[in-house]
Amino acid sequence: MATMEKTPHRKAANSIRPPATSIGVIGWMRANLFNGWLNSILTLVVGYLLLLTIPSFVKWAFINSNWFTTSEQCKAGSGACWSVITANIRFILFGFYPHQLQWRPLLAVLILILLLFFSQNRKYWKKSLAYVWLLGLFSMGLLLKGGLGLEVVDSDSWGGLPLTLLLSVFGLTAAYPFGVILALGRQSDMPVIKSFSVVYIELIRGVPLISMLFMSSVVFPLFLPEGVTFNKILRAQIAIILFTAAYIAEVVRGGLQGMNRGQYEAAESLGLNYFQAMRLIILPQALKIVIPPSMGILISAFKDTSLVVIIALYDLLKTTQTTLTDPKWMGFSAEAYLFVALIYFVCCYAMSNYSRRLEKELDTSL
Amino acid sequence: MNPQAAGQKNVDKTPIITIENMHKWYGEFHVLKDVNLTVDRGERIVICGPSGSGKSTLIRCINRLEEHQRGRIVVDGTELTNDLKNIEKIRTEVGMVFQHFNLFPHLTILENLTLGPIWVRKTPKKEAEERAMYYLEKVRIAEQAKKFPNQLSGGQQQRVAIARSLCMKPNVMLFDEPTSALDPEMVKEVLDVMISLAQDGMTMLVVSHEMGFAKSVAHRVLFMDGGEILEQNTPEEFFNYPQHDRTKLFLSQILD
Repeated sequence: MATMEKTPHRKAANSIRPPATSIGVIGWMRANLFNGWLNSILTLVVGYLLLLTIPSFVKWAFINSNWFTTSEQCKAGSGACWSVITANIRFILFGFYPHQLQWRPLLAVLILILLLFFSQNRKYWKKSLAYVWLLGLFSMGLLLKGGLGLEVVDSDSWGGLPLTLLLSVFGLTAAYPFGVILALGRQSDMPVIKSFSVVYIELIRGVPLISMLFMSSVVFPLFLPEGVTFNKILRAQIAIILFTAAYIAEVVRGGLQGMNRGQYEAAESLGLNYFQAMRLIILPQALKIVIPPSMGILISAFKDTSLVVIIALYDLLKTTQTTLTDPKWMGFSAEAYLFVALIYFVCCYAMSNYSRRLEKELDTSL
Repeated sequence: MNPQAAGQKNVDKTPIITIENMHKWYGEFHVLKDVNLTVDRGERIVICGPSGSGKSTLIRCINRLEEHQRGRIVVDGTELTNDLKNIEKIRTEVGMVFQHFNLFPHLTILENLTLGPIWVRKTPKKEAEERAMYYLEKVRIAEQAKKFPNQLSGGQQQRVAIARSLCMKPNVMLFDEPTSALDPEMVKEVLDVMISLAQDGMTMLVVSHEMGFAKSVAHRVLFMDGGEILEQNTPEEFFNYPQHDRTKLFLSQILD
């Protein structure tokens, strides 16, 4: 609508239509961008800055860019050198995984994406989904590790995207239920359980993730008997789970405290026992309340998996860095990091988008 | 409602609830002082009194939403102790209706009603749903079965809450100020449901200031103040010839 609709002057008082809100592009700009001298100046300044940056970025990233060239050609050109990615894509994505076997981690990642894609739809939240997951996990493990006729690949050479996804997906799915249990423990009337939960949560939250990763890789093996080794990835994985769970626990506790006392009482007065009341009445509501902050924690935990570089695991970020130490490709870090950032962003955006959708779907108030 | 019919106790004279010398404290505060009460099967009691007199606490002790510290409470032959088994058994037999309904907002009306029977009584789902629909018919709200609680009015929610309790087939129903959170025009629909429940012979303990309801349905009216049962009598005697000064004062304030 380009013109403003005139509201009829006198209509029956009981059925007046709401005033028109859509007032056209020019009207919108006047109302939002140029309503007063301060806003007008700000609009002009921002517009100028955009004009300064956007065209040159487009020129660098697309018009003058090199996509499938050698590094020499890149250095001669003036645009972005995306060749650093296309030439090294297999190392960035799969690290030191044996070259001719890289179809296996690729397939594993595709299986995982497929599983996640189906799991996000509440229509499929049935028992059969759990079996599908078990099957999927088994085949992913088989693909990565080998066995049953597939050539065995030592976990030391796992790296890149599969490692990042492995650490995140397992870390988050294991940390969430553990965090819920800790939150319930902290609310418990039983002193031993309660104090264990409190001490655990406060201890873990008082320590940075990096130091936990260090402990898992340096300190923890000191306590093991000689000759016993413990997979390094697994140790990092456990550290991530333990760490994330403590944060989840506090968020979930907030949700539990936000619950109306009456819900507990109604559940009790029906004769539900503690576990039934929690599972059927309290947690479904409390967890729904804390979807946004939980997702915040899950997203930051996902990004924090990149900290495993400090214990020399080659996750996605580390393989990218390693590529850049190659003298041939040195100096193209902007392109490489933009690419990694894009991968992280796609994952995080999908997560936050999903949380918003879930919230809407679970809303029963209307 | 015929007061005469209501006045008849269709009762075998065994008490279903016995409370003996019961005391309760909140910290230092003595909320219930030496309460003695016997409720017969089929008896209907209305408990009134000023706010803070302990009337809600009293009925909440009967299904252990509050714990008493001294004395005995026996419900249908089972004494309330710290034994969780006993507590859960008593809770399945005692229905409770709250001031603020406390329906489960994440479940549909039908699921609200079938939850207890399915999980506590282990009733097959189909049977539980049939029973739920029966009671929803009874409180005249069956057409809302697929909706969520927040989509219903207060009066409708309270009727659902009553139906939810009835689905557990309780022997006793406790009502904690069931109409005091309702808009005035919705009070009647809830009271009507309660009256029809009374006509079916349900044992009821009702904390309420609905004096009309008390007059037409109750066998006995209790007046509580300061944590004690000060006076109890049939409704006619209670309203026409209150004994205690505090009762007179309370009635004069409430009947204005």
